[in-house]
Amino acid sequence: MATVKTKKTTKSKKASQIPVRYRVIGTRPIRHDGVDKVTGRAQYGADVQLAGLLHGGILRSPHAHARIRSIDTGKAAALPGVKAVITSADIGPVTDRVVDLGEGATRLQHLRDNILASGKALYQGHAVAAVAATSPHIAQEALRLIEVDYEVLPPVLDLREAMEAGAPLLHEDLHTDDLGTKSMQPSNIAKHLRFEKGDLEKGFKKADQIFEREFLTSMVHQGYIEPHNATAFWNADGRLAIWCSTQGGFTVRQQAAAILDLPVSSIKVIPMEIGGGFGGKIHVYLEPVAALLSKKSGKPVKLVMDRAEVFEATGPTSGSHIQVKIGARKDGRIVAAQAQLAYEAGAFPGSLVVCGMMCIFAPYDLEHQRIDGYDVLVTKPKTAPYRAPGATNAAFASETVLDEIAEWAGIDPLEIRRLNGAKEGTRRADGLVYPRIGFLETLGAARKHPHASAPLEGPNRGRGVASGFWFNVGLKSSVTAAVNSDGTVSLTEGTPDIGGTRTSVAMQLAEVLGLAAADVKPQVVDTDSVGYNDVTGGSRVTFATGLAAIEAARDIERQMAERAARLWGVPASKVKAAGGVYRHATDSKKKITFKELAARLDETGGPVVGKASLDTSASAGGGFGTHIVDVEVDPETGKVQILRYTAVQDVGKAIHPSYVEGQLQGGVAQGAGWALNEEYFYDDQGRLANASFLDYRMPTALDLPMIDTVLVEVPNPGHPFGVRGVGEVPIVPPPAALANAIYRAAGVRLRQLPMNPGRVLEAILTRDGKPPSKA
Amino acid sequence: MKLHVKTTINGEEFEFLCEPRESLLEVLRDRLGLTGSKEGCNNGNCGACNVILDGRLVNSCLVFAAEAAGRAITTIEGIQGPEGLHPLQEKFLEHAALQCGICTPGFIVAAKALLDRNPDPSEAEVRLWLAGNLCRCTGYDKIVRAVLEAAKSTAVVMEK
Amino acid sequence: MKAVMYACPQSLDEAVGLFAQRGPRARPFAGGTDLIVQIREGKKEPDLVVDLKRIPELNELSFQPQRGLVIGAAVPCSQIYEHGKIAGLYPGLIDAVSLIGGIQIQNRATLGGNLCNASPAADGVPPLIVHRAACRIRGPRGERTLPVEKVCAGPGQTALEDDEILVSFHLPAPPERSGARYLRFIPRNEMDIAVAGAASYLELEKDRQTIRGARIALAAVAPTPLLVEEAGGCLAGERAGEELFARAAAICREAARPISDMRGAAWQRRHLVEVLVKRTLQGALQRARGGGASPQGRPGGVNDGPQGRPGGVKEQDS
Repeated sequence: MATVKTKKTTKSKKASQIPVRYRVIGTRPIRHDGVDKVTGRAQYGADVQLAGLLHGGILRSPHAHARIRSIDTGKAAALPGVKAVITSADIGPVTDRVVDLGEGATRLQHLRDNILASGKALYQGHAVAAVAATSPHIAQEALRLIEVDYEVLPPVLDLREAMEAGAPLLHEDLHTDDLGTKSMQPSNIAKHLRFEKGDLEKGFKKADQIFEREFLTSMVHQGYIEPHNATAFWNADGRLAIWCSTQGGFTVRQQAAAILDLPVSSIKVIPMEIGGGFGGKIHVYLEPVAALLSKKSGKPVKLVMDRAEVFEATGPTSGSHIQVKIGARKDGRIVAAQAQLAYEAGAFPGSLVVCGMMCIFAPYDLEHQRIDGYDVLVTKPKTAPYRAPGATNAAFASETVLDEIAEWAGIDPLEIRRLNGAKEGTRRADGLVYPRIGFLETLGAARKHPHASAPLEGPNRGRGVASGFWFNVGLKSSVTAAVNSDGTVSLTEGTPDIGGTRTSVAMQLAEVLGLAAADVKPQVVDTDSVGYNDVTGGSRVTFATGLAAIEAARDIERQMAERAARLWGVPASKVKAAGGVYRHATDSKKKITFKELAARLDETGGPVVGKASLDTSASAGGGFGTHIVDVEVDPETGKVQILRYTAVQDVGKAIHPSYVEGQLQGGVAQGAGWALNEEYFYDDQGRLANASFLDYRMPTALDLPMIDTVLVEVPNPGHPFGVRGVGEVPIVPPPAALANAIYRAAGVRLRQLPMNPGRVLEAILTRDGKPPSKA
Repeated sequence: MKLHVKTTINGEEFEFLCEPRESLLEVLRDRLGLTGSKEGCNNGNCGACNVILDGRLVNSCLVFAAEAAGRAITTIEGIQGPEGLHPLQEKFLEHAALQCGICTPGFIVAAKALLDRNPDPSEAEVRLWLAGNLCRCTGYDKIVRAVLEAAKSTAVVMEK
Repeated sequence: MKAVMYACPQSLDEAVGLFAQRGPRARPFAGGTDLIVQIREGKKEPDLVVDLKRIPELNELSFQPQRGLVIGAAVPCSQIYEHGKIAGLYPGLIDAVSLIGGIQIQNRATLGGNLCNASPAADGVPPLIVHRAACRIRGPRGERTLPVEKVCAGPGQTALEDDEILVSFHLPAPPERSGARYLRFIPRNEMDIAVAGAASYLELEKDRQTIRGARIALAAVAPTPLLVEEAGGCLAGERAGEELFARAAAICREAARPISDMRGAAWQRRHLVEVLVKRTLQGALQRARGGGASPQGRPGGVNDGPQGRPGGVKEQDS
């Protein structure tokens, strides 16, 4: 795994205060929570055990679209062992309003209705009622005794049909927000957005060739291995405690408070270890339900989804229909680009089509652009973010068209990207002007990688290239850090650790204070025990909580310098700190290490605690990746085998390179699954036919080769060490890279995801003039 | 009707009562407090609940607890020896072979069962053996490397 | 709450007695890979689960040249592919038992369960059919024998009465110059249900060119595993070759009656049947000639079982 160092062309002011040769940053210490996780001791949400714990279950709609005429819970409530039964009526009266949840606003009515349906069930799996009982088996049996009278309505499963006038409506009171104007008629289109730059028509006039293509992608799931879970205890004093696996304790607190109409301060959320999220563990599903069951029963209640519930009733990411029109000159220069993206929102508004719009042409410096986006309701689960949400669908479209243009112009695929590539100063269609970015550097590193020039041996093999972008977010993080008398620091964070961020954050604090990574003791705590933190999402934790840790370390360093000054009886301004040693500015005999000083805090004024609370939004740095993949296509079956994979990415600065590589590898694996096999497969009644790991077909160890990574380091000017978010970018290029590789291996262009064996085979047979008879 | 079951778990004798329909996974987690075995799918498709039953790797979600009678079970809690972490556990840490960690116990138990039978597997053999364990975070690269490295390190120990 | 009872009989007679008493309310239980999930999901609600794993007759695994191969219905897949003699003699069967589920499933799943669960996609059944396996079935009215291809009656339906137990499979010793191959198609490389599967068996004359006899059976393209006698018949007496194999494959394609579902479309399954039959006939031919790929073993294989998959990871599925 190579590391390509690039020249720093932009130096941040803060960076000059930090030694350039790092002691901790860039090393690979053992993660702090590692031993607990390899021995089975780490406590995840489903591992919570409390005295008197009840087990809950949720009754879900078997219909994709149905009016709920009545619910009779009498028999269920009478079953011995059942302690509480609830429906949406138990949530309490609703005054609809718009609530801001940090990650965007939503209507409270929609938030509540997704937890327990009121009026209509809007997707198969939509929660309708819930029970709590003394054992999980009794709870399941009680669910079977609940009688629901449904009036079945027609499902709305196809995105394009949902957009047509006259399609069955999911929400009779929903009107399109059409570029800021409210539509007259109710519609399944929640929103129409547009980004525009330059003069599109003028741009297309300069084109030697215009490429117009259409793409479809299916709904896919994040596929974390740990099902959703929540345990709640509503105490007699009105205080509510929630234990759960979440990407953000504070967002659970906010959502639960809004749904249950409680002040946030009466809810304590204890984030347990989390078994994967990828964006899917931000929305609440179970937490308010467990709370209501606890309120009704007076006991703590645990709810754990089974795998089918996870697929049927938590947020997958949007399926989409994307049209792309790109004009190019013979020399490979793109002169105009237009896109229309329609994304499935699921049962309630709020797809992340806007992110797709931001990303679709983001790697390129294009003068004339117009991008339209539509947020469309269908009778499927409400979608949730999934790793660079919206960007993967978009890049599948734009990056495969670019590959066609490269072929038409007779230009190497890496070269056409360089020719049109964005750099510092490039303005995106949505208005943002790039600070220092590293896209061109990823292309250069990809070109230099042996993979790019290795011969492809054997028939039916091909190599594909694609790039991708994700903007990364900053948002708010708070930490406190307490100096211990043994010279270590206890670091308290509020951003759940999903992939080693305790360590990547602790390493930044250690670097500033001149400590070893192991001398920092990081922990993720509940919402009563640390200042506000936004979610672990948007690839922000190592960046933003890292920034907070750096600030807290500086706070400690300033206080420790004062203590040294007190010991020596000199003004604090005379003490200089560097690399964990505090020195008198002029008297070279006077110096003391951090550890020595920590042991003497009592005699110099008592404990030292550093803290920081930041909104880092302005300084997050976007990330770019370029991927190379080799495949072999079996022309008789359409099966695609990945032979070799290389992911190149500008990571800003890799704090812990092993976990950065791991993010790239994991993103590639998810992108490859999305590309080749994964999809939500609905029957014509809107029932999900493949709600199991068996039939959802995520990649196994046998489906992937080793995944080579190249970490390009173009520092983010908004972070003293140059950190950029790294987690999301790597899922963006794989579907396009694989589509381009399949084209070169088999001569067929696939424009629909997944590119499963059936689709590839159909394309091959059609190419050969023998299209399959589907009768 | 509850069944009274006597079994051996991680070398210790255990007795428990269970319903006939309860799986070994349920009993391990909810009755015996051994929550290191995880439930990812409850139908044998993810491997997060892997245990070794009389020397054979199985999904504990697909075993009735009643079947444990008179048999020997190794769970993730029993992989570590009195002298410290098992080489697989050490190599998983050194190679950053885990991210969220929920699949890790299942992978380590599965890999232990592999090395018990085949101390020097090839990469292809490791991948085939671990195909019944799903990981969604790592792309498997570092897991496969960790298992291969653990095999090497145990081989060195055995030569000594 | 509805109670389920669990019984673990030590003898065949004891088990037969339990089923005679309970009839359809009792369910036989061996590997549990299907039944435990079916009970959990409420798809089966037996009063009694009868664990068959401690009955000697259901655990037999032996080969004698005169008697052939006996596989107890409760023998897990991994024991079959780890058995030193079976791999060389019944390679088509080994192909199948080493690709059902992952290692964890192979340590539990049995051919008896694979057959009696009566999934059209069961990987174990087509090779049993082409190897001419007979099923020994025991019930309160005595014992009977049924060719394996007569057992499945439809998805989830078998020819066994509610009080009958499948005891064992009996496969005749393979003649000289015979060979078999099973292949299935799945989108991933492991852990999938067959979109389509085919087993081919060939027996050659002394010239090693002329086919003396052939059997071809298919999976996942009809309500039951399908023996295509016409396809096997068209090969007998002919010289082995691509054109001939293509003819047999075309017959199989016509015989297939697949459905479209989330695992694959009907047209795709018909197409795959043709591809798989051609490939398995080539594989069976190589094996009948005593060359070519030996059956796939598992990496942890002990005894003298084969080590690793030939040709690396790519070879295992078509």
